[in-house]
Amino acid sequence: MLLITCPYCGPRDESEFSCGGEAHIARPLAESSLTDAEFADYLFLRDNPKGLFLERWRHAAGCRRWFNMARDTVTHEIVEIYPMGSGPASKAGKAAHAASWRRDTAAEAASKPAHKSRAKKDKVS
Amino acid sequence: MASEKPDHEGPDRGLSGLPGGKPKYSAFALARQAMQYHQGWQRAWRDAQPRDEYDAVIIGGGGHGLATAYYLAAVHGINRVAVVEKGWLGGGNTGRNTTIIRSNYLWDESAAIYEHALKLWEGMSQDLNFNVMFSQRGVLTIAHSEHELREMSRRVHAIRMNGIDSEILGPDEIRKFVPIINIDQTIRYPVMGGFLQKRGGTARHDAVAWGYARAADDLGVDIIQNCEVTGLRRNGRRIVGIETSRGFIKTRKVGCVVAGHSSVVAAMADIRLPVASRPLQALVSEPIKPILDTVIMSNAVHMYVSQSDKGEMVLGAGVDKYNSYAQRGSFPVPEHMISAAVELFPVLSRLRMLRHWGGIVDTCPDASPIISKTDVEGLYFNCGWGTGGFKATPGSGYVFADLIANDRPNSIAAPYALDRFQTGLLIDEHGAAGVAH
Repeated sequence: MLLITCPYCGPRDESEFSCGGEAHIARPLAESSLTDAEFADYLFLRDNPKGLFLERWRHAAGCRRWFNMARDTVTHEIVEIYPMGSGPASKAGKAAHAASWRRDTAAEAASKPAHKSRAKKDKVS
Repeated sequence: MASEKPDHEGPDRGLSGLPGGKPKYSAFALARQAMQYHQGWQRAWRDAQPRDEYDAVIIGGGGHGLATAYYLAAVHGINRVAVVEKGWLGGGNTGRNTTIIRSNYLWDESAAIYEHALKLWEGMSQDLNFNVMFSQRGVLTIAHSEHELREMSRRVHAIRMNGIDSEILGPDEIRKFVPIINIDQTIRYPVMGGFLQKRGGTARHDAVAWGYARAADDLGVDIIQNCEVTGLRRNGRRIVGIETSRGFIKTRKVGCVVAGHSSVVAAMADIRLPVASRPLQALVSEPIKPILDTVIMSNAVHMYVSQSDKGEMVLGAGVDKYNSYAQRGSFPVPEHMISAAVELFPVLSRLRMLRHWGGIVDTCPDASPIISKTDVEGLYFNCGWGTGGFKATPGSGYVFADLIANDRPNSIAAPYALDRFQTGLLIDEHGAAGVAH
């Protein structure tokens, strides 16, 4: 049983929350350039670590707002809770974020707003 | 005569009895041992030490892994096989499930594999010379709303089209079939109807692991317990052996059947699987006199219940809502399930629970398993069974052994390859998987 501190409402029982799975998955903006295999990475593959996991939660029976959580999947220890749109601040959370295989995938690369080379071109013109 | 037999008879089922020469279990053996004060029973399987090299190694000594090893030896004649197990034999999900067996799935691909498994169940005790206590007591799935009932009848017709027995029951027929059920239409989730597979039922889960272990050992398979895999050694794109806590084992074929830890072992070969590891919880009550002679399931209220031969009520819930490797679940899940059980069966309200446990299951996005080759030559995965792996134990082992022996999937296993997540040919069984994932 988890005692989760909602960033907006304070500590509440686990049963008030719903889990939204892995955090920090960005939809590929350049999806037309991805192969089926690369798009499957985005659509179906989820990180499933034995250890620290960065995931999204929602205070479903409370303020209904989303937030991120860094939680250990073996000990169930909640290392950190941080708002949507931001990255983890703790050392362990940052390490888990950087170590995720997702950071190396084509789908992740295609989620960046625009390629640098193209941005430069736009500036020149 | 032989030609009139269906596909799964004869050598295709494995081997009948114990051709390796192990003493057989029978009523006479029991009587003989009784005369000798039961001093003469032999070990059911050797405590094998790892050899330097095997033709194939199966990682995971649960039901599926042991069945795979058995069929490799019995059907394909590959006897130099090891089963390596981190803990003890059948100590994971094989010994932690609610033992429900059925084959009433929606899609043709599912019907093929689960019905194949059910047919193997029907002859398993004879094939293995081990009483797995397979009891075809029927599995009744209940609907609690008009919509669910309509969806259910569509499902029943699809199942019958695949030649699998299935029938719809109304509330009064259910009441006749299960006298202790509450069919009062005023409860929160009233019983609107249900569908029954009479050939479904239960089996003794430990006996399945023991039976396969004994029969595989009889054919020369080494079962190595307390042996944790720590790495998969590769040479380029080919597997050459496994690193274990008891040293390196050379082999060119590795079959991985580790359920909840599939992602962990896959990562050793830089493979990513679309599975999420979740706890699945169950509980067992104190033993009481027989009150329930079938299996009751309900998708809507996440509850399934049967009564064991010892008299314990065996209750199972849905998976927990977040990933975990902790082999213990969160409390709201069984609480929710028990409230549903008590409403449907008021007679259970004063029952005391004896044991409660969680197993880690690997759930797949489409609630169907993965039986597949990988990018690494000689490395095969059988995982993603999620909440319903026990019922498939013999079928899963049979087709996985076939995949490992021939390095190509047969027609039953082919739809379950990993590439379905790229092609989009998913086998969506969320509706038939019994409980929501």
